[in-house]
Amino acid sequence: MSKELELLTDQVCAGYGYDPVNLLPILQEIQQRSEGNYISEEAARIIARKLNITESRVYDVVTYFSALSAVPRGDVIVQICNSTTCSICDNRELVTWFEDELGVKVGETTPDNKFTLIYTHCIGACDIAPAVRINHDVYGGLTREKVRELVASYRAKEAVK
Amino acid sequence: MKQVHEVHFITELFGKYDGSSLQSYLEAGGFKPLQQLLAGGSEKILKEIDESGLQGRGGAAYPTGRKLRQFLSEKAPRKFVVCNADEGEPGTFKDRELLRRNIYQVIEGMIITAVCTQAGEGIIYVREEYTNIHDHIEQAIESCYQHNYLGKNILGSGFSFELRLFSGAGSYVCGEGFAMCESMEGKSGRPRTKPPYVKQAGFLNLPTLVINTETLSAIVSIIRHGAHEFRKYGTAESPGTKLISVSGKVERPGVYEIPFGLTINEIVNGLAGGMKNGKKGNFVQIGGASGGILPARLWDTKYTYEDFSRAGMSVGSGAIVVADTETKLLDYLKVVQDFFNHESCGKCTPCREGNRQLRIIFDKIAAGTATAEDFYRMEIVLDVMGSTSLCGSGKTEVVPFNTAIKYFPEEFAVFAEFEKRAVI
Repeated sequence: MSKELELLTDQVCAGYGYDPVNLLPILQEIQQRSEGNYISEEAARIIARKLNITESRVYDVVTYFSALSAVPRGDVIVQICNSTTCSICDNRELVTWFEDELGVKVGETTPDNKFTLIYTHCIGACDIAPAVRINHDVYGGLTREKVRELVASYRAKEAVK
Repeated sequence: MKQVHEVHFITELFGKYDGSSLQSYLEAGGFKPLQQLLAGGSEKILKEIDESGLQGRGGAAYPTGRKLRQFLSEKAPRKFVVCNADEGEPGTFKDRELLRRNIYQVIEGMIITAVCTQAGEGIIYVREEYTNIHDHIEQAIESCYQHNYLGKNILGSGFSFELRLFSGAGSYVCGEGFAMCESMEGKSGRPRTKPPYVKQAGFLNLPTLVINTETLSAIVSIIRHGAHEFRKYGTAESPGTKLISVSGKVERPGVYEIPFGLTINEIVNGLAGGMKNGKKGNFVQIGGASGGILPARLWDTKYTYEDFSRAGMSVGSGAIVVADTETKLLDYLKVVQDFFNHESCGKCTPCREGNRQLRIIFDKIAAGTATAEDFYRMEIVLDVMGSTSLCGSGKTEVVPFNTAIKYFPEEFAVFAEFEKRAVI
């Protein structure tokens, strides 16, 4: 594991010329290619060494930005918007539907580590509020039935992997 | 109510060409403004922008012509133009449409701005939440390189401009110029102390011009049609058109281009098709989470910089979030406060601690245990935050609360009621 991580980190950092200015894209790429969809303490240590910066700086950045995570997450991140427009448009129903379908509460990851259900702030999809973002794709105008189909389609995609 | 229509000045090419093809952009008249600049020189173009009266559309409303001239006077071997597409104000999605449907005009706006201010490098800073359009933007950049609209010696003009996309990583404060620079340098997005200003020492401590996606698009349209055409729209103090994002309890939420001067009523009941399911309007929030709350009884207020200023708010990001009477104002303010509590970068004490105090008070309100003293404390906290926070985020965050207190005093009278009950 450690060797693999070392290899991945080196490959990604090399692609950015080992320049710490590129810490954000480096972290985003390593996270995306890492098991658990997060930056582990071990990964942070290796990145710090490769870029010749402190571990605390890496940790600061990872915990500051909401697209980066210092804790393991599912392969599929389901983010329900709870900003102004989506709250007016009653996102609570949407939350229940996803909680029912995934069998977890907001903030939790499914036991098979496939899905993490969280809240997000505005994702710029207020015209289809209440909106949900699943990995990079955004959905609105959902019904109970559509949520079931959506989760099933992501489950099927994950099964193929 | 008179019939209202949206206008298509900045959005003229929406749907007129295949948004992903440079060839079709050219056929629709794209890059003619750039040719005009390369043939006639930048002074003529800067003058046109001055005359248009265009103000920065990111929220600060600084005169664009002046901003460009100031940046031109900054001399350095490397200068950066950054397109601010970190559209993070809740309720805002108009830049998303500009990027999706007319990315080439945004790029053309960047090239024109770079030539006029003698900057050789550019970055489109797109929020991470828009990852699903990153490829589309990068392909457009690539096409422009292939046809020498970007790169060395653009169209034989002797001018070179390198452009790339940078993805944010999810942070509201990064929409602020310095915080944006910090994040592009691989650090947490926390604003720096001014001066020096971003235009003097921004990204890598080099002169950097951070300019909004809509402003860049508007520059191109202004050159294409002339400042006089732009000024046919709007009012004397708010010339031109504005892209607004209407959302919430309306029949037709969406992005509309409007001439300044329409009333909120005309926008809500005209353009956006009226209140959803015929419900009664309660309030709108103007310009994002940090924008003012305007009650339905004042919806004949005109959408202009000057009218909003008189009402204690601003145009901001162009967001209009519409709430009906099913939404309780205090519940809504709690959502707004949660947002800032999460997004405050934590660098300066007034914003960091102020938000903590506000959260305590709003939790008490939700639990029904708030007292008159909490209300007074809230007013003090808001006063300190608004006047002493380091960046615009902390300073403007108080606007929704202050306008809510101003226009809905009865909602806050409940504090005094709690007090009475406690005494009994």
